[in-house]
Amino acid sequence: MQANADLGDLALRCGEWMRGSGPESDIVMSSRIRLARNLAEFPFVRRASHEDRQAIERSIRARMEKIEAWSAVRYVNVAALSEVDRQLLVERQLISRELADSEGPRAVAIDPQEQFSVMINEEDHLRLQVMHSGLDLLAAWEQMDQLDDLLESIISYAFHPKYGYLTACPTNVGTGLRVSVMLHLPALVITRQIEKVFRSLQKISVAVRGLYGEGSQFMGDFYQVSNQITLGRSELELVQQVSEVVPILIDYERRARQFLVQQSQQDLHDDVSRAFGILCTAKKISSEETMHYLSKVRMGVNLGLISDLPVTTINKLFIHTQPSHLQKLRGRLLGTVDRNIERASYLQRHLGGSSPQNN
Amino acid sequence: MKCQHCEKPATFHITELTEPGGPHQLHLCEEHARVYLAQESSSPAASVAGVLAKQLKLGQTADELAKLDQKECPVCGITFFDFRSAGRLGCPYDYTIFEEDLVPLLVSIHDAQEHRGKRPKRHTPSADLQVELIRLRREMEEAIEQEDYERASEIRDQLRRLENEG
Repeated sequence: MQANADLGDLALRCGEWMRGSGPESDIVMSSRIRLARNLAEFPFVRRASHEDRQAIERSIRARMEKIEAWSAVRYVNVAALSEVDRQLLVERQLISRELADSEGPRAVAIDPQEQFSVMINEEDHLRLQVMHSGLDLLAAWEQMDQLDDLLESIISYAFHPKYGYLTACPTNVGTGLRVSVMLHLPALVITRQIEKVFRSLQKISVAVRGLYGEGSQFMGDFYQVSNQITLGRSELELVQQVSEVVPILIDYERRARQFLVQQSQQDLHDDVSRAFGILCTAKKISSEETMHYLSKVRMGVNLGLISDLPVTTINKLFIHTQPSHLQKLRGRLLGTVDRNIERASYLQRHLGGSSPQNN
Repeated sequence: MKCQHCEKPATFHITELTEPGGPHQLHLCEEHARVYLAQESSSPAASVAGVLAKQLKLGQTADELAKLDQKECPVCGITFFDFRSAGRLGCPYDYTIFEEDLVPLLVSIHDAQEHRGKRPKRHTPSADLQVELIRLRREMEEAIEQEDYERASEIRDQLRRLENEG
């Protein structure tokens, strides 16, 4: 493991969740598994003194440093990062907003492929995360299971024979497992069916929520489906529960896209082309607006309405136009107005060569 | 403190943990709490404080509730009231000390009260040992604060021994 707080090279890459490959990746962005774990010999983070938190961070770091297979794993002291760098990790979904915004000793270990990260001193002492591009829950769980076994061999977890892994919040106790799949559902939004679909899902105890970008603004037709409960079922059963719901959503979205193509091809083509036009020609553009139009363009690319534009370019733009990435790529801090100008010029440079298909 | 919606005293202090904008607090009288929680039950997001308030309302009288609120964990020092208002526990031992009050909550949230998933392959410290470890660590910090380094290093050795045994 190597301490490395220079995040410049991260910003250049696409990252796992926006890679846009893997099964069903036209609709499923990423599959994510999270485990909450705590050390047996400390109070939970919220109740831990500054000294406790420091001891937790040091003790976990020292143990992780001895993992031979982790020679390329990057260790980032989050407490020492600038706000832009903390935000950068949030935009890449390597740390939570909560970890970025909290105070005191805290850190994250990140693997070079960005498939797994381990947060230290978030709400729980340890938050393990594995993320795979596309719909790939089972493989993500297997990787997580191994990661958990590895850490458990060097760290004494707080575990109760009856209640399982003990967590600061009783909503996570037992398995400590959260299984989430992020989906891109623009056609269900356009056809106004999204609410209906989600209401039907509530009955089978999975939670659905929108993805939020900067502030609490809603972000580009992305939705996250995850398990609600963590106790009383095995990890595989919980993975299964989410796995069963996702194909239903994919099917609804595909049908809604088909419907749009058949019923209002011209309207759809017009909508997608206008979105593309704005992204290519705007002189200043906010992050929310960018998400909104990129979402339409992404669907257009997947439906063959825009040619010569690989979906990987769109995926990359989703992440590179976020505030911290933009500033990292530009190499200096920018205020909101300058960011909007920089974002527009960035989009123009990367979308310049493509054009909506004429038919 | 007054209720956020009327002049009556606020007797329910609810912290919403699942809001997209981050946690926020609500201070409500009994009547407005009931209205709020009824609304809440139709939303898919499980709110610890909400579930707890509903559940306590069913089973306890005001006296019993006041007594329960004062119950304190000898290890981390949080009271049941602290937990009820923040929705977060203070240490692993809270699952033991507040067990009888937590089980109904676990049942409301998870519809289950027993873990059926994976277990650590190696032996984990028993609940008693976990308590001992947290207590010793606190004593060590106090010794350091009082600059009693001899005592601190004694406790540290003791901690290491216990950790290795566990």
